[in-house]
Amino acid sequence: MTTPVLTAARAGLVSCESCHLVSRPVSAEEPGFCSRCGEKLEIRRRGSIATTWALAIAAAICYIPANVLPVLNTITPQGSDDDTIMAGVIYLYTSGSWPLALMVLIASVMIPLGKLVSIAYLLISVQRGSVKSSRERTRLYRIVVIIGRWSMLDVFVDTFTVAMVQLQPLMSVEPGPGVLFFAAVVVLTMLAAESFDPRLIWDSATPNEGAHA
Amino acid sequence: MKLSESVACPDCDLLQHIPAVGPGRKAACARCGRILVKRPTGSRDLPLALTIAAAIALIVAFTLPLMELHVVGRFASATIPGAAFQMWVAGQYVVGVLVLFCAVVAPAGFVLIMLILLLAARRTPVPHWAAEMLRWVGHLQVWSMLEVVMLGVLVSLTKIAQLASVDPGIGMYAFGATILLIPAIVTNVDKHELWQRVEWNAGELPAPVAGDARAPR
Repeated sequence: MTTPVLTAARAGLVSCESCHLVSRPVSAEEPGFCSRCGEKLEIRRRGSIATTWALAIAAAICYIPANVLPVLNTITPQGSDDDTIMAGVIYLYTSGSWPLALMVLIASVMIPLGKLVSIAYLLISVQRGSVKSSRERTRLYRIVVIIGRWSMLDVFVDTFTVAMVQLQPLMSVEPGPGVLFFAAVVVLTMLAAESFDPRLIWDSATPNEGAHA
Repeated sequence: MKLSESVACPDCDLLQHIPAVGPGRKAACARCGRILVKRPTGSRDLPLALTIAAAIALIVAFTLPLMELHVVGRFASATIPGAAFQMWVAGQYVVGVLVLFCAVVAPAGFVLIMLILLLAARRTPVPHWAAEMLRWVGHLQVWSMLEVVMLGVLVSLTKIAQLASVDPGIGMYAFGATILLIPAIVTNVDKHELWQRVEWNAGELPAPVAGDARAPR
């Protein structure tokens, strides 16, 4: 360590996650509620690492059926045809709109995977007490939070395709079981990002004597 | 109004003193670079005007068809709530509710709460229940995904256009206006200044910590 830096936790203070008012906690275990906005105060998000791991692992499990099971089922008089997410990407690519195909590929395959890897990396580095590249890891966390919503793209694509193509008996599209798992991946990774406390990244660099106990 | 105060960075917990931040300027955390305060340049009435516009555009976007499909004499159209309902009908209850929440409930709630909040903010002092609303706005913003919905609509439109002729409906234009208005509201609301003017829940105020944490009313 170079110069000792003063964090709120070290100073025996707590910052409201909602309105950012700095106040003195009732006690380290039960900090109480923010006197300005009424939000429950937490010096660090409670059980952050365990909760985030649980949500990330659940999301990783759902990621497999999300990609293997069909998301759309097209019914025509000639029969029915199942489409997975990748099949949808290939369909967009072969039908000539490669920019859209790339966009769906990034949003539905690469972003969820990238988020899972990033969250796991953040968790492992925090648990190992890493003090290196904290600034970059914080930036990674912010990117994960901002980008997470975009993986909902395929859920909306499927929803509107199903809603529009209801031309019985000519042709109709029904959602497949993959949609549910895919939506679960997106929601679980978003919740995982929300439950991760970025301040833990910096705690290894600034041990909080007393205040955190 | 004086806006200088002590804050702890939400991302790294570093306790620091923020000097008075003028309109159109921002302050970032000295250690991790997170933006701590960002103040808009526009007048205080601008976000209210934008919110009213967004509320009108949102009503149109939710009730009129987003797209219309013509194929061999058949006609079909879809609205956003209708699409979520279709998912429910097709047996995907969870996905239907999720789409309804992210595409309808969260954005509508965001605009409605913002409207009430901004009207309340015209009073001095700002009533304490406005703090509760300001808190809710932050939570709803995370789940309001209209811009993602828009992209999803465009992709599905392209997919269907291979099979039938698809025309954008009036709802689509209103929808386009909404997804421009919502970020405009977010960047023009002076949250920092609102938090400073809001009347506290507790009535009696605790002693300011580490300098002048509270601006004079």
